[in-house]
Amino acid sequence: MAAPMLRWGCRGRRWALACVDGGSCHRRGAPTGSTSNRIRGQSSVAQQPLHTAQKPRKGEHKWAAVVGLEIHAQISSNSKLFSGSQVRFSAPPNSLVSFFDASLPGTLPVLNRRCVEAAVMTGLALNCHINKKSLFDRKHYFYADLPAGYQITQHRLPIAVNGSLTYGISAGKECGQVIPKMVRVKQIQLEQDSGKSLHDDLRSQTLIDLNRAEGQLRVDANISVHHPGEPLGVRTEVKNLNSIRFLAKAIDYEIQRQISELENGGEILNETRSFHEKLGCTVSMRDKEAKQDYRFMPEPNLPPLLLYDATSLPTGADPQQVINIDQIRETLPELPSVTRERLVQQYGMLPEHSFTLLNEVGLLEFFQNVMKETRAEPKKVTSWVLNIFLGYLKQENLAVSESPVTPSALAELLDLLDSRTISSSAAKQVFEELWKREGKTPGQIVSEKQLELMQDRGALEQFCYSVMKDHPQVVMDVKKGNPRAINKLIGLVRKATLNRADPAVIKEILEKQLSS
Amino acid sequence: MLGLISPGQNGQITPTELCQKCLSLIKKTKFLNAYITVSEEVALKQAEESEKRYKNGQSLGDLDGIPIAVKDNFSTSGIETTCASNMLKGYVPPYNATVVQKLLDQGALLMGKTNLDEFAMGSGSTDGVFGPVKNPWSYSKQYREKRKQNPHSESGDSDWLITGGSSGGSAAAVSAFTCYAALGSDTGGSTRNPAAHCGLVGFKPSYGLVSRHGLIPLVNSMDVPGILTRYVDDAAIVLGVLAGHDPKDSTTVPINKPLVLSSLEDVSKLCIGIPKEYLVPELSSEIQCLWSRAADLFESEGAKVIEVSLPHTSYSIVCYHVLCTSEVASNMARFDGLQYGHRCDIDVSTEAMYAATRREGFNDVVRGRILSGNFFLLKENYENYFVKAQKVRRLIANDFVNAFNSGVDVLLTPTTLSEAVPYLEFIKEDNRTRSAQDDIFTQAVNMAGLPAVNIPIALSNQGLPIGLQFIGRAFCDQQLLTVAKWFEKQVQFPVIQLQELVDNCSAILENEKLASVSLKQ
Repeated sequence: MAAPMLRWGCRGRRWALACVDGGSCHRRGAPTGSTSNRIRGQSSVAQQPLHTAQKPRKGEHKWAAVVGLEIHAQISSNSKLFSGSQVRFSAPPNSLVSFFDASLPGTLPVLNRRCVEAAVMTGLALNCHINKKSLFDRKHYFYADLPAGYQITQHRLPIAVNGSLTYGISAGKECGQVIPKMVRVKQIQLEQDSGKSLHDDLRSQTLIDLNRAEGQLRVDANISVHHPGEPLGVRTEVKNLNSIRFLAKAIDYEIQRQISELENGGEILNETRSFHEKLGCTVSMRDKEAKQDYRFMPEPNLPPLLLYDATSLPTGADPQQVINIDQIRETLPELPSVTRERLVQQYGMLPEHSFTLLNEVGLLEFFQNVMKETRAEPKKVTSWVLNIFLGYLKQENLAVSESPVTPSALAELLDLLDSRTISSSAAKQVFEELWKREGKTPGQIVSEKQLELMQDRGALEQFCYSVMKDHPQVVMDVKKGNPRAINKLIGLVRKATLNRADPAVIKEILEKQLSS
Repeated sequence: MLGLISPGQNGQITPTELCQKCLSLIKKTKFLNAYITVSEEVALKQAEESEKRYKNGQSLGDLDGIPIAVKDNFSTSGIETTCASNMLKGYVPPYNATVVQKLLDQGALLMGKTNLDEFAMGSGSTDGVFGPVKNPWSYSKQYREKRKQNPHSESGDSDWLITGGSSGGSAAAVSAFTCYAALGSDTGGSTRNPAAHCGLVGFKPSYGLVSRHGLIPLVNSMDVPGILTRYVDDAAIVLGVLAGHDPKDSTTVPINKPLVLSSLEDVSKLCIGIPKEYLVPELSSEIQCLWSRAADLFESEGAKVIEVSLPHTSYSIVCYHVLCTSEVASNMARFDGLQYGHRCDIDVSTEAMYAATRREGFNDVVRGRILSGNFFLLKENYENYFVKAQKVRRLIANDFVNAFNSGVDVLLTPTTLSEAVPYLEFIKEDNRTRSAQDDIFTQAVNMAGLPAVNIPIALSNQGLPIGLQFIGRAFCDQQLLTVAKWFEKQVQFPVIQLQELVDNCSAILENEKLASVSLKQ
């Protein structure tokens, strides 16, 4: 237990959802099981505009939804937040549990420096105000996987507050347009994670694993709806959402459910709900229906957490004993928004492409490595990395690091394409061969499969001549002025050359022959 | 009269012989109920190792081969640690509390784990699951002779006296010569109170000076390991071993120089403060008189004695009650029957199991405090009780700061309202009432985190010990003990005479200062 957790609270943001026909699912009546992409886009946190300016149809009420997220993210550290025991993914149950983690009487928490640094870094990255003094509190509740009967968290005075995160959403009919948005971050707090309960319904037993260190991201979403200009509605909390997709679905569903409930004369209860992944709906968590009073109390075993900056650093302080905010700021890596901006500037990339490159772990690095080794245009490289390469990865559910195609191989392939040694369809064929991991270079594949473009103009002219001779009707069509007919001839010539000819060259020859 | 004898006067003794003497005394005084667990085998083995070290001339220091006892709320690796509660019966910790480890590292012999009020909640050592502790002074020659003179006193054992508490087992263990020093814990006076009733030095160090790691908590923000010895010098030796930063307790501070107790020859530069609010109507006239005489003593020797005011004193006990029970409610939450300790047989639901386990595991006192504490921590009550109590706590701490800033070096107060009372008298009032009475002079010190020590001053008309409390500035423990040592030397408190009880067996231990125990090489 006690894996270090960072908890972010995103301040409730509100957006208007208009009840209009067609474009919106927020009609009167019961929510349907599925929601359209349009609505998911609107209500999910990453993409929802603060105010969608849709005009309500006359006589219909406008609804606004308010969503606040509590995001639990595990800190990547070697040991736990308050004990020296390790954090390791998929370790055997209860194999990384110190006496403190098991809450043996008399044990005391000792704060992990690395976790504090990570929290400060996160706070800086999210434009937060870093509190130079923060406090720890105990939050009490009885649960089998909470062996101390309380969780150590930062309730009163957290380590960072008042931040913001800017992001972009694709919008408009073309979807090519990225609209910048901002979400406010209320606070970031260091928090001990509770244990994991494994319910064995068959034997009606619950097994407890106090290792922690799994479930790297967990989100609780607080949702309410109201009419703009009126007081906020009663909120519900959807607990334990563990993927962005389910988070979006749960919020969508919950907004619709609440609107529908209210429009049908019902009321919203302040309750905890869970998201049923298979049914795509939220359900009330009956066992937690009774309102919890967490009886917060200061954690007496941890002194206030004091942080320093260059101006407040006590002279002669042991660097091992103090944490310097300015020093951490210097070690901040380039933030995603800056990287995206750089990609757009440097490569003339579309903003939405810069988002995709950054959203996939390792993809940016892959792209940059290809760029280093190829003569191909950035636009071409972007297109290949985002369409073909990413497409293959997604199809096989692989991470970038698991890719069978190396950046060097793709770079070589793109060079062959760039030098017009092969056609773009041949290039796709080569890529498919590369994906088979047979250890061949693109050059080898091209020569083995004879995929080079025909460089012999005389031979190509011969192919064109034969095709025209065999298809007099099509030739007639061209001559009659049908602009598409020439494409048919090009296709026939390409087929005759086993796709080894450059369509542009074919077109040029055909046009010359037709006009002669 | 102080009992200082030259080393080796009674002949030199080996650690094993000394250990066996103490073990035999523990058996003879078993009826005192001072020990919950006697770790005979462990102690003998440690004695054997100590003996080897002495033979090789590799003694580890003052504590090598010295029998000690530890209150049963300090975790001891491999030795049952119960807190005198059903909840922890059979619980054997896998680790040593830092203070225990430090004593063992110095070669001390662990004789056993001493009795207490359940989870240290009490002031009589009467409310533990293993029964009350009897005060060795009930059987002293001094007390028996006085009783004979009183025609109304009953004969027999029925009016034995309480030790005070909650570290009564540790106090009885030292008082009955079964060990030289014992660890107590002090949250509101639990070390100083039984020390006063048993005629011992009971020292509560500054909060943060001694590690709490391994001490099963009562109130984390006030708990401090306490030291019970017969003499101030001995307490200082033990403190010297225990004090210092512990990486496992983030509230401890580093100490820059070792603790050395010098003899104070001249008190003329000393300023003793007498807090006027500590003169309460409930204070026994005998103690009041001794308190006044002690002040006179300082004055006659040249010290400046002034009256000081600690204006928030009267709010202290109720404030202590709110903060104490709140932390208790929190600290006791881990005892749910799942990981360790008692678990009931009920398995209809987890909640039912929790409820029954806690009902069976905790006594009424513990359950009552958990209930109060949870009430104070409720969202609707938190501001009105907990936060308010914290503010009052700050005012109380500031009272002390102001007194010390006015030039006072040490405060002198009574430790208890009266001498030890008979058990049958004591249990006429409930635990809460008794704690409120008995902690009256002691708990404010815990709220302020200051060092304080009980020094026995004289015997009452009944032949029972009376002690006074010295309170020092935060982290000025050494100065405090230096003054206490001077006072100890002046008052020449008599040694308990238990010859009848233990057949001269204690002759070798009696009058023996830990510092002057002469172990055979």
